[in-house]
Amino acid sequence: MTWTSIFIAGLITYFTRMGMIALIDKDVFNENFRKILNYVPSVVFPSIIFPSVLLNDYGTLVAITDPKIYGALTAIIIGFFSRNVIITIASGLTSYWFVIFVF
Amino acid sequence: MLSKFQIFKIGFFDVAPHLLSVIPFGIIFGAIGIELGFDPIMTYATSLIIFGGASQIVFLQLLSGGASSLVAITSVGVINSRHLLYGAVLSEYLNKLSLIKKLFISYFIVDQGFAVSNIYFKKNKGQNFNHYHLMGSGITLWLCWQISTIIGIFLGSILPEALGLKFAIPLTFIAIIINELRKIDHLIVMVVSGLAATFFYNAPFKSYILISPLIGLFTAYLIFKFKK
Repeated sequence: MTWTSIFIAGLITYFTRMGMIALIDKDVFNENFRKILNYVPSVVFPSIIFPSVLLNDYGTLVAITDPKIYGALTAIIIGFFSRNVIITIASGLTSYWFVIFVF
Repeated sequence: MLSKFQIFKIGFFDVAPHLLSVIPFGIIFGAIGIELGFDPIMTYATSLIIFGGASQIVFLQLLSGGASSLVAITSVGVINSRHLLYGAVLSEYLNKLSLIKKLFISYFIVDQGFAVSNIYFKKNKGQNFNHYHLMGSGITLWLCWQISTIIGIFLGSILPEALGLKFAIPLTFIAIIINELRKIDHLIVMVVSGLAATFFYNAPFKSYILISPLIGLFTAYLIFKFKK
């Protein structure tokens, strides 16, 4: 089942790449649709980030002192100023591990 | 006039700085796949078949969390829908190619390759063989992604579970959208989507991953209306 899912997901992804280049007339998308597509990362990724940070493995809210909260806040602050993908991830992981292993 | 190989090399050198973020990201992905309980072949297969960094992480995370295949596949489609925009822009420069070439090049279109090749296309309109730039950037990114995934799979199987590497998932996504935080409309949409996902997290088949983006997009629509 998982293999089938991987192949279907791969086909859909390939279609998103190839569709506009080889099949569909690019004018088929109007300006409003393009504007909406610009928001896709801003609606999808927070939908992963918030539950991953705020909820535990059982789907209930974590305490405000949870290491994940510190890690995420550090990543947001460092990422905001550094604008660097790797520094953002590294700073978040470092502060997360610091709270877990040092405190 | 530049040769095909020279243009291919320019594509390689233009995209090279981006490898600093692509390679570690690939390693993180490979390690996460193992951490989430997928076998090495399956984890690697997503890099070969889907070849879309963030969407691969979401796909494996959802499946490991008990999401239905339909939800996981739809999420991949939603995340990768941005390629439609890239294709719409690139089609102007690739329209003279044969269908076979279009089908081949399409597989290698990713964010960073699109970014550098689009700049090159704009500067060198009318030059022959421009598509070799996109192949140079795309194939470079593809190779690095495949190799770094394999390195990550290897690391993931030797790193201790106590490190909690799963936490790299939200951190990776924070890094991806961090620049959008500067725009107030995006910030509002992000907070609404994130809170909605947390609220609907226990919805059946992990459907929160589709419900909350829809709520976010509706919020974006309302902001549009309000601005007008």
